[in-house]
Amino acid sequence: MAFDIVALKHLGRLARIGLDETDCAALGGELGPILALVDQLREADVEGVVPMAHPLALAQRMRPDEVTEKPDRDRLQRNAPQVRDGLYLVPRVINGA
Amino acid sequence: MDWEPVIGLEIHAQLLTRSKIFSAASTAFGAEPNVNACPIDLGYPGMLPVLNREVVRMAVMFGLAVDAEIAPRSVFARKNYFYPDLPKGYQISQYELPIVGPGRLTISLEDGHEKVIGITRAHLEEDAGKSLHEAFDGSTGIDLNRAGVPLLEIVSEPDLRSAREAGAYMKAIHTLVRYLGICDGNMQEGSLRCDANVSLRPRGSRSFGTRTEIKNVNSFHFIEQAIDYEIARQADLLESGGTVVQETRLYDPERHETRSMRAKEEANDYRYFPDPDLLPVELDAAFINAIRATLPELPRARRERLQTQYGLSAYDAGVLTAERELADYYEAVVESLGGEAKLSANWVMGELAAALNREGLTIGTSRISAPGLAGLLRQIIDGLISGKLAKEVFEAMWAGEGEADAVIKKRGLRQISDPEALVRVIDEVIAANPSQVAQYKAGKEKLFGYFVGQVMKQTRGRANPAEVNRLLKQRLPPPGG
Repeated sequence: MAFDIVALKHLGRLARIGLDETDCAALGGELGPILALVDQLREADVEGVVPMAHPLALAQRMRPDEVTEKPDRDRLQRNAPQVRDGLYLVPRVINGA
Repeated sequence: MDWEPVIGLEIHAQLLTRSKIFSAASTAFGAEPNVNACPIDLGYPGMLPVLNREVVRMAVMFGLAVDAEIAPRSVFARKNYFYPDLPKGYQISQYELPIVGPGRLTISLEDGHEKVIGITRAHLEEDAGKSLHEAFDGSTGIDLNRAGVPLLEIVSEPDLRSAREAGAYMKAIHTLVRYLGICDGNMQEGSLRCDANVSLRPRGSRSFGTRTEIKNVNSFHFIEQAIDYEIARQADLLESGGTVVQETRLYDPERHETRSMRAKEEANDYRYFPDPDLLPVELDAAFINAIRATLPELPRARRERLQTQYGLSAYDAGVLTAERELADYYEAVVESLGGEAKLSANWVMGELAAALNREGLTIGTSRISAPGLAGLLRQIIDGLISGKLAKEVFEAMWAGEGEADAVIKKRGLRQISDPEALVRVIDEVIAANPSQVAQYKAGKEKLFGYFVGQVMKQTRGRANPAEVNRLLKQRLPPPGG
């Protein structure tokens, strides 16, 4: 299955990576064989097979509902480019982009 | 054309845990920004989520309360999108295999009818942080204290047909989660939030029209207003030959309107996939049955029991069971009186509710305890105090003057039922009002009430009214009788 440029640009937007025409042409070529492999997987007969949610055949362990983390804001905010009044500052965003 | 609204609600209930769903940071509301955001909540590299058992218990409890199927195996999935209040770039949620499957909830409508609303599913997820757009010039401030707070998203079937039904359903969920003790239901703090999916179709049609989603409505009142507005907006659009666009809309309570927020991203844009950091959650029958054994009596069952056991009206039973604590209080009063269900209901829903309301208190912080109120009602039942003076005693108790008998004694409010004492007063009244007595004897029967009033006045309201009537009739036989 070929990868059309519209679908590629859409994926690029969702992943927040800028893709220009050259990128798209190159990526289209690379993604083609990968999708061919997926197509091949699709041909497998999986009738009656429970979808695998995790490669390990184990169940999730659970922890008791206890607060053991101590506030450590100043240290954790040391690697933030900008903070003010305890808040992380980011470029202004209104209702999704 | 006659349009039929089709409404489904997605309600996010914040689960009442101490720690977050995947981290051991505190969920306390109102902390300083970011002090409750630990490396897991902040999406630091290498951090791994560990599931809080209490969150699972609460979700199962909800599922059992709505007769839902509890999934023996459920899976957490990543919902991918970019927004600064979501540090990891994905929200951990559940998609194909939610913990709670199809169930149902019966709601009571204003006209007394009941309606069963289907619940499609309920799944666990983590909350995102909070964006503050206003305070900073050109920047947005991010508070991640809420990131990782556990949510149960309860999705209804599109079974609701009016704003009123949607409001009733939301109230029923609110009451239920509070009965179960899994959510505090505090809508101002965002503990219960609601999105509404609204579409219209010609009445009688089986297919669905294009729907819009109204986001984040935080009061019962606003949800009904927002839906009513949206129904009218869509009807105008369709009547004038337009089409409804599938989109997310925000309700503005100040302007009573919904506004377009963004075109709804298609479900597959979120690129859900099973979270490799979390294993499937497997629940065995023993775990589920242990939770089933702890289920309290549910609101609807309790309402029905109050009607049959105490002979209360559907309305009274509905009011008294709206909160579990209120129903507990009421039943404690009745129990300590050994009956008197109607009198107790009148006082709990009347004087007590008014006093709580006046001071913005909840039943849990009432200034008069259930045994305290029962003590007051006992005085009325035993004829030691009139209903009217009991209200004065109630106010004194509310103000902290002590228990009923102490207040009555201190203020000298005990009812006078002793015939000798009452006859003395009656004779005084007769002696002091010769002209009225003469008129009465001449046939002006209405003056009987005047004499009763004078006796009450002389005794400052303490005379037993039934006794006064009986004795007065003896002293002043009805004219012509």
